[in-house]
Amino acid sequence: MKIFAVSPVDIGAIAGLQFNPQFMPNYIKVSPEGTPQANIFDFSVAELREMAKRLRRHVITMTATAGSGHPGGSLSAADIITALYFKVMRHNPKNPQWVHRDRFILSKGHAAPILYAALAESGYLPVPELSTLRRLDSRLQGHTDRNLTPGVEMSAGSLGMGLSFGIGVALAARLDSRDYHTYVLLSDGECDEGQTWEAALSAAHFKLDNLTAIVDYNKIQLSGWTRDIMNLEPFNQKWQAFGWHTIEIDGHDFSQILAALQEAQNTKNKPTVIVASTVKGKGVSFMENNVKFHGKAPTAEEAEKALRELE
Amino acid sequence: MPTEVSTREIYGKTLVELGKQNKDIIVLDADLSPSTMTRFFAPEFPDRFFDCGLEEQNMIGIAAGLAATGKIVFASTFAVFASCRCFDQLRMCLSHPRLNVKIVATHGGITVGEDGTSHHAIEDLALYCALPGFTVIVPADAIEAAQAVKVAADTYGPFYIRLSRPKTPLVYQENYRFTLGKAVTMRQGKDVTIIAMGIMVAKALEASDTLARQEIDCRVINMPTVKPLDEGVIVKAASETGAIVVAEEHLAHGGLGSRVAQVVTRERPVLMSFVNLKDTYALSGKPEELLQRYGLTAKDIEEAVRLVVKAKP
Repeated sequence: MKIFAVSPVDIGAIAGLQFNPQFMPNYIKVSPEGTPQANIFDFSVAELREMAKRLRRHVITMTATAGSGHPGGSLSAADIITALYFKVMRHNPKNPQWVHRDRFILSKGHAAPILYAALAESGYLPVPELSTLRRLDSRLQGHTDRNLTPGVEMSAGSLGMGLSFGIGVALAARLDSRDYHTYVLLSDGECDEGQTWEAALSAAHFKLDNLTAIVDYNKIQLSGWTRDIMNLEPFNQKWQAFGWHTIEIDGHDFSQILAALQEAQNTKNKPTVIVASTVKGKGVSFMENNVKFHGKAPTAEEAEKALRELE
Repeated sequence: MPTEVSTREIYGKTLVELGKQNKDIIVLDADLSPSTMTRFFAPEFPDRFFDCGLEEQNMIGIAAGLAATGKIVFASTFAVFASCRCFDQLRMCLSHPRLNVKIVATHGGITVGEDGTSHHAIEDLALYCALPGFTVIVPADAIEAAQAVKVAADTYGPFYIRLSRPKTPLVYQENYRFTLGKAVTMRQGKDVTIIAMGIMVAKALEASDTLARQEIDCRVINMPTVKPLDEGVIVKAASETGAIVVAEEHLAHGGLGSRVAQVVTRERPVLMSFVNLKDTYALSGKPEELLQRYGLTAKDIEEAVRLVVKAKP
């Protein structure tokens, strides 16, 4: 598969690899030494757009190389994750366990490829390792594994659990008087799960204003449109009724994403949910709004075509 | 009759002790703190106690998130809800990532009594023992329970500790020291070994008294750590006594009996018999009535012992 920018590498050479400074991206604006007070990349919107495209290319390459995976929900979340890692979150790739880091919890664990891409491009993993996705002994499991991958906060994949986990992390921040913020990215499909609403109820009860949920509302779940499988509407009103501050945005518009994340940080006494309208498969014409690419990797030909569109 | 002391009340008081020693101890409950006795902790440390309401699945996720930041989390509810209600959460959030959360569940077994089937925890040990990385403990009395809770607080990793609703007869003196993963030989004997856990330990001792008068010399072993098992003591018992009876307040499948049988068949096959709840649910009734109805009394242990001793080659 010579079309791929990254050729599959030997897992043996990568397994157990610790952080290596040579993989540190060269576009960091603020030194990660010590304790960064802000996002070390601080990208402009133009730079964010470029990075999101690069992460999308990784998603295509990774899933095509693996021959399986979930490209659709990875592509729909690409802009949100790019904004968090390259503009908003205070984090330090040189020290994934840094106690003051903002936490990103990927509740929709099947979107692991887009998270791995962001972690690699921000310096947690060597970029060539991305090609090991889903292979035996890879640190990049089919769904996220917090014990294997630096920068992964939660083992996910069974849906509906991430918001609860985020509540625990946010409660700990309050107990320890730490000012880190906890972000949880949910899929719309996992809002079918009862546990998501247990968590919604309790996050508001605990008045967790240091917790922000973001719903990647691409309106397609595994087997069809959410309105047909299990209708979520009126969605925004449900979160409001549970006691959340709600913001509705276009999840592919960086100025809206950044403004919403800022508003979430400024909102006090209640958690904020950002309901981000997105397009499943965003950025690749034949994957957009195509339920087929929820959990199916592109073929070599499809990947080639997708990568041309993402140039 | 030995003194009876509530294991759950001891748990509640031990939590307060631990809370004073370590500010990283956090306690969660699911609207059952008056019954699980986490109610002792709540007023002492209001900032470190969170009632999660009737949201057991959410509670496990919150526990995991807290533990991921370095907290030592105790989460309590009834044993039936702590196992059946949130099994996938236990698997994904605690077992797989091996997080430092201690599930201390009260109201184990059928001695919950009158509340009936919905509240009887009879498959909890099978479920918890199936989870990689979990340590599973069933204390025999309040003295052992207090120590097991302290050991769990001091030992990294996910724990399940099963306690009872009714008061439990003391089988230990105050100077007893619980060791994680170690069985305790309560009584030496050469004809047969009774291995028990929880409330069945007192009954095993009672049975061995009766059997001694009938010239059957029973070894009695308390196996508080159900996972990981003290295999050495089992193999030794099989070798030296040639027959084993396992007594537990749990379904026949997947509990202590199944686990001991795996060791015995692999290392030193001998005749075994099992005193446990057969493939059924129990009804409402007083705890003692239920133990009689479902065959979990000292007399049932005696019967099982006589059978294996008679059948010994």
